[in-house]
Amino acid sequence: MAKDNMIQVENLTKMFGDFTAVNNISFEVGKGEVFGFLGANGAGKTTAMKMLIGISKPTHGAATVAGYNVLTEAELVKRNIGYMSQRFSLYNDLTIKENIVFFGGIYGLSSKDIKEKSQTMINELGLHDMTNSLVGSLPLGWKQKVAFSVALLHNPKIVFLDEPTGGVDPITRRQFWEMIYREANRGVTIFVTTHYMDEAEYCDRVSIMVAGKIEALDTPKNLKSQFRVDSMNQVFLKLARNIE
Amino acid sequence: MNRFIGFIKKEFYHILRDRRSLFILFGMPIVQVMLFGFAITNEINNVDIAILDHSKDVNTKEIINKIATSKYFSIKGFIDHEDEIESTFKKGKIKAVLNFEKDFSKNLVTQKKATVQIVTDATDPNTANTISNYVGSILKNYQQELNQGLNLPYQIVPQTRMVFNPELKSVYMFVPGVMTIILMLVSAMMTSISITKEKELGTMEILLVSPLNPIQVIVGKVVPYILLSIINAAVIILLSIFVFKMPVQGSLFLLGAESTLFIVNALSLGILISTISSTQQTAMMISLMGLMLPVILLSGFIFPISSMPLPLQLISNIIPAKWFIMILKGIMLKGVGLAYVWKETLILIGMTIFFIVLSVKKYKIRLE
Repeated sequence: MAKDNMIQVENLTKMFGDFTAVNNISFEVGKGEVFGFLGANGAGKTTAMKMLIGISKPTHGAATVAGYNVLTEAELVKRNIGYMSQRFSLYNDLTIKENIVFFGGIYGLSSKDIKEKSQTMINELGLHDMTNSLVGSLPLGWKQKVAFSVALLHNPKIVFLDEPTGGVDPITRRQFWEMIYREANRGVTIFVTTHYMDEAEYCDRVSIMVAGKIEALDTPKNLKSQFRVDSMNQVFLKLARNIE
Repeated sequence: MNRFIGFIKKEFYHILRDRRSLFILFGMPIVQVMLFGFAITNEINNVDIAILDHSKDVNTKEIINKIATSKYFSIKGFIDHEDEIESTFKKGKIKAVLNFEKDFSKNLVTQKKATVQIVTDATDPNTANTISNYVGSILKNYQQELNQGLNLPYQIVPQTRMVFNPELKSVYMFVPGVMTIILMLVSAMMTSISITKEKELGTMEILLVSPLNPIQVIVGKVVPYILLSIINAAVIILLSIFVFKMPVQGSLFLLGAESTLFIVNALSLGILISTISSTQQTAMMISLMGLMLPVILLSGFIFPISSMPLPLQLISNIIPAKWFIMILKGIMLKGVGLAYVWKETLILIGMTIFFIVLSVKKYKIRLE
């Protein structure tokens, strides 16, 4: 086990009654890595992610996130991660500024910190004119960018992104991934689930879940040569078909 | 603490920016109090009646005069024949007909007995009943005037005294009920909706992933509604004092404390509802059907509990509103202190604790 592993998962299992949603998965994610967590709908991605962010208890197995045990130190885990969900993470009836102040507040940032942070964030996103407009009035792409920045407000070591670019146009998706890379270069670990296979190519390493199990885990390049295809899309299809 | 204030601020933004919830919070209480206070009433005023006078003598004239001058009735017509009674009612305006028999005065003098028939339109049984009671007492009054100076062998004179509400104003009965309904509605429905809204939008997940613990999230969501409900209670009490001249005999402080207790009770019910429903619609339906109807029907607000069949009487015991209405009536109308309502208060406290414990349990299961 490398010392700077930000996520360490061992034999993690989640059962709902007789149904095994997540079946004995193990993997680790290093610091500053962009880790793609792929899988079809219902493959168990979201369940696995929920265990890692401390809102669902594993049935068996163990996991540490940012060095803390998700079972026994959930509070410490929560302080050190950021989370952005596929469903919109900000309040539509609050302005951008109010959202920043609110989320900064619940993570215990001082008002001085919040002010500084929001200033840099607004500069980076070029949102000067919009700080007082309601989030609900922004285009989806903008919302997602703001949501991502808000998830980073408290300097988390790891950011979990649950299908962050769902329904967003290609240009904005591109910009969004630039933001992701920028944060990864700053040393933030990125754990991202996605449906877009072109996005999978952007990841440092990718895991593919099928029916509760991790069936493949490697760099996109290695995966492609292992399955002897030229795109992640084909890797994904091949895997899914084999299992069926 | 800073976090908490931030949370409450955010909650107020939600409430103040949503016109619908603003209306439910502040418009509805006022509209409801006004409606119940002015429109819905058990009293009768200026009821239209018709007279069928077969004798047209001194005594019938005097009685008719007495009735005409009372504020309860206004005489809207004279008819000449029994056959016309039904058609008069069918026209809808006239609610009662007084039918004096032939030779009323003569019978009164010779036989010491004369009859007047009170025919009422009983499509609305309550009104019909009230009308015949009112006419009956006017007649009795007149009879006593006639008997003055005479020595009757036996005489029973009932002296009725309506304690706590001498004028039998129905507002006195409605204000506690309306206040209960509104506090129940605002507190339980609005909190359950606002919590399920976060679930529906997915923001609840974000809150749960944050370092706030679930209890803090819930308390943060509930506190603004406690404040708003207290304001509502105050508005209702002020309206009833200044618009409807309803007295508050007991201590205002106790009234405030009991109202706060009931608000917390309703809020805990709201939390319970939000733990079992996943959408705003469900929460709203459960609140409306599960809370409003029992509160209106079984709390003793409109229909007296003592005249219900036994099973319903038993069910009414588990409705918090019943106990709160008893407390309210006690404090506002009878002016009693805690010494007289401690039992009801204890029951409410017990129910509140029960709801809170139950929702904490449910809430944990949901998080698994």
